[in-house]
Amino acid sequence: MSYTVLVVEDEPNIVLSLQFIMRQVGFTVRVASDGDQAIRAVEDYVPDLVLLDIMLPKQDGFAVCETIRNNPACHNVKIIMLSAKSREADREKALELGADEFVTKPFSTRDLGETVRRLMQIEA
Amino acid sequence: MSSGLVLTVSFLYLGLLFAIAHYVDTRAAVKRILSRNPYIYTLSIAVFCTSWTFYGSVGRAATTGLDFLPIYLGPTLVFVLWSFVWIKIIRICKQHRITSIADFIASRYGKSTALGGLVTVIAVIGTTPYISLQLKSIATSFRILIASSGGILPTAPVEPIFFMDTTLIVAIALALFAILFGTRHIDASEHHEGLVAAIAFESVVKLLAFLTVGAFVTYGIFNGFTDIFERASVDPELSRLFTVSQGEGYTLWMTMTLLSMAAIICLPRQFYITAVENPDENYMRKATWLFPAYLLVINIFVLPIAIGGRLAFAGTPADADMFVLTVPLYYDHGLISLFAFLGGLSAATSMVIVAAIALSTMVCNDLVMPVLLRWKWLGIGKNADLTGLLLTIRRCSILVILILGYGYYRFASESYSLVTIGLVSFAAAAQFAPAIIGGIFWKNATFMGAMSGLTLGFVVWLYTLLLPSLAQSGWLPISFIEEGPNSIWWLKPYALFGLEGFDRLTHALFWSMFFNIGGYWIASLLTQQKAIERIQAKLFVDVFLHTEDARDSSYWRGSVTIADLQQLVGRFVGVRKVADAFDAFAEERGINLRKSHTVDAALLDFAERLLAGSIGSATARVMIGSIVKGEIVSLDEVYRILDETSQVIEYSHKLEQKSTELEEATSQLQMANARLKELDSLKDDFLSMVSHELRTPLTSLRAFGEILHDNPEVSVQERSQFLGIIINESERLTRLIDQLLDLAKMEAGRMDWLLEEVDVAETINEAVGTLNLLIKDRNIDLTLSLDKDLPAIKADKDQLTQVVINLVSNAIKFCDAEQGEIKVAAWQGDEGLYCSVEDNGVGVPAPLKEKIFERFHQSHTVTQDKPQGSGLGLAICRQIVTFLGGRIWMENRAEGGARFYFVLPLSEQDTEQAAAE
Repeated sequence: MSYTVLVVEDEPNIVLSLQFIMRQVGFTVRVASDGDQAIRAVEDYVPDLVLLDIMLPKQDGFAVCETIRNNPACHNVKIIMLSAKSREADREKALELGADEFVTKPFSTRDLGETVRRLMQIEA
Repeated sequence: MSSGLVLTVSFLYLGLLFAIAHYVDTRAAVKRILSRNPYIYTLSIAVFCTSWTFYGSVGRAATTGLDFLPIYLGPTLVFVLWSFVWIKIIRICKQHRITSIADFIASRYGKSTALGGLVTVIAVIGTTPYISLQLKSIATSFRILIASSGGILPTAPVEPIFFMDTTLIVAIALALFAILFGTRHIDASEHHEGLVAAIAFESVVKLLAFLTVGAFVTYGIFNGFTDIFERASVDPELSRLFTVSQGEGYTLWMTMTLLSMAAIICLPRQFYITAVENPDENYMRKATWLFPAYLLVINIFVLPIAIGGRLAFAGTPADADMFVLTVPLYYDHGLISLFAFLGGLSAATSMVIVAAIALSTMVCNDLVMPVLLRWKWLGIGKNADLTGLLLTIRRCSILVILILGYGYYRFASESYSLVTIGLVSFAAAAQFAPAIIGGIFWKNATFMGAMSGLTLGFVVWLYTLLLPSLAQSGWLPISFIEEGPNSIWWLKPYALFGLEGFDRLTHALFWSMFFNIGGYWIASLLTQQKAIERIQAKLFVDVFLHTEDARDSSYWRGSVTIADLQQLVGRFVGVRKVADAFDAFAEERGINLRKSHTVDAALLDFAERLLAGSIGSATARVMIGSIVKGEIVSLDEVYRILDETSQVIEYSHKLEQKSTELEEATSQLQMANARLKELDSLKDDFLSMVSHELRTPLTSLRAFGEILHDNPEVSVQERSQFLGIIINESERLTRLIDQLLDLAKMEAGRMDWLLEEVDVAETINEAVGTLNLLIKDRNIDLTLSLDKDLPAIKADKDQLTQVVINLVSNAIKFCDAEQGEIKVAAWQGDEGLYCSVEDNGVGVPAPLKEKIFERFHQSHTVTQDKPQGSGLGLAICRQIVTFLGGRIWMENRAEGGARFYFVLPLSEQDTEQAAAE
């Protein structure tokens, strides 16, 4: 049984790259392109991992993160937040809201893969 | 009568006076009783009645009738109606330990030695005729008495006696007597009970003598008043005496009344005996009626004696001034004549003694001592004991004063009657009246006022009364009187400035008072009081307010020891006396004075008063000032300090103001800072946005670059897709960087604008042309609606193209995805050349209509899909349009979609053309 990852990102090209990487690691990839879609997607099917962009239409990533963490069904969901904003304040806020990792764009595909594997305890 | 007898009686009488004074001074009990007696005090005031009264009144009455009366009416009026003036003066004298009239005036106008000196000079010169009058009367009466025998009357004075001038002998004798009497004590402000008692005794003697002669004439020779007046009324020549003399009589009455009113206060001896020697202010209340009563009584027999004399000596050239003496002699009553002589002697001696003491005190304290103290090389200030020097000065001045009196007698007074001489003196004394009366009622009177008034009044007095009297005696050419000096008519001393028709006295009094009061008043108004004057003026005028606390006006600080002070005062007052006084002072205050202690203000004040009693307040101040020199804090300094304090206060006000300003500046700074922070955070936001916008394409570039690098096995299709993405994102990145740089340049004003005439229609066509591919791709229906003959405008063509491209690009992005419609229009309007770009998209929410023109205000929130673009397009448009002098805005169309407008001003040339059309 493979893990499922929800990619929440509004830049199509970045979504494409993340899909490629996560599939390589072995995830089933689902995509949401704004905050509302992300919430609905999580209610519909609880993923094992969420890759969550911060600058999103409708609701930003922080709000989505908070909602997921407040959902008892999503207790074990791992969240990695992605941001083009590299400010330390954003990282702190993300971790405070319950994100497991904070990754700054542009990211290294190898490092992201490593981080996901470590977080999900997947053998390379 | 033998001269031996007369001389013996005279010297016995003088000896008796001396004995009385000595007895009173040495018997403390007697002294106390006498000093508590208002009658003694009143009798001493009767020193006013001199030989002028004793002999002169009868002489005046015998020649001009009732004219003798005003001299007594004036004092009566002052005592009855104006005793409050006296009470005020007495209170002031006691408070300030005033020693003389000069001291009084000097003290009032700022303790000025100059003023004291001036008053002294005036007093001495003014009193000289008066003293000569006494000498004349004594000498004449003496000569008449010894020359007469058995009813035979000498027709002419006999000269000389003892081979010498009788008058000179009298002068010297009186000088010696006055010296013996008046300079036994040093402290002039102490009360001389012995002296006062002797003077009072003399008043009794002269009254009794006059009454005796009067009673003898009235009842001895005639049968009472009725008899005398009946006999006189028969004689038309004599009945004239019962009325006021015709013509100038009333003016003269007025003048003499006023003059004597002034004189009773301002004559140095009257001032001295009434104010300085007053033991108790309340005695004045008794004197108020007692002294006028004395004047009344001594005048009762004036007319009878005058008439008796006229009747007795009818047809002979007898001296009417000597009737008091000669009438009894005529009827061969030698004893009564002798008594009359004694009465005249007592009247004269009392005047001379008191005047000599008063004047010598003034000369010493206000004239000689200030000068001596100024001459440092004399070493006066260093001398151990100055009491001897002070006494010597006083004694010498008494001698000089009497010699002066004798000199005036020799040079001038032979040709005048007693009363005329006396009036000259009165007029001099009257010059003090404005300064004294003004001084105690008018606070604003200044030193310069007093100085000017006194000087002017005195000069006029000299010119209109004293100089003519010398001229008439042959010491000046008589033409001086008749034609004026150098025949200048308006300077004739008896008709100054052409004023004629008055008697000489009225004339002199009018002009001297005119200049005196005028000078006093005007100079007082024109000059400022110094601090010390201000204080003294207040202390004098408000003496009844300050009586309880008349501590003087200075604040002292410094390091003068009590020993120093005691030594200084001791030199003038006597060492033992000062020690006693200081002990009493300490005891009174319950403090212990140690010699090494420094002096406090109260003790210095006390010492100054002690010294003032001896050498006058002005000199005392100089002396005290010299010992504490450099350390005396004068009132001026206090005022200065106060000034400085107020300056400090003002300064601190300024500081306060400054600090308020600083606070304001601070809050402004805080606001500015807040604004800066805001701007900073805006800049932060901007940088954060820029960072985000740059990172987004970079993320794709890196991700796909790595994917391609790490996964050589990806399919050709995927590879080309990824490479396409990389190329697109690179372009996006380049575009973004270009726009950012453009915007930054424009905002910084560093953009290189190439302004030229631009054909707008052509520009729009070109711009739309660059987007044709995209428009066709999206299947958008674009229409151009450009008016023909659009004027050219001044602009940078590339930038203007940029604006149109941005707007059309936005329209392409936001128009309806399925059936996009874009319309571009251009026309000429009010503000210039208009251009609009409209689409059929969803439009812009009203609150964002302005915001969309801000950098990065782009809006994911508006559209469902992620829009393409940097978020800088509209911001750049706005920069360009604003730079070209136009404006840009957007409106939502009623039928949906947005419509962007911009308007650019026409170039000046076009505007002119438009106006011409």
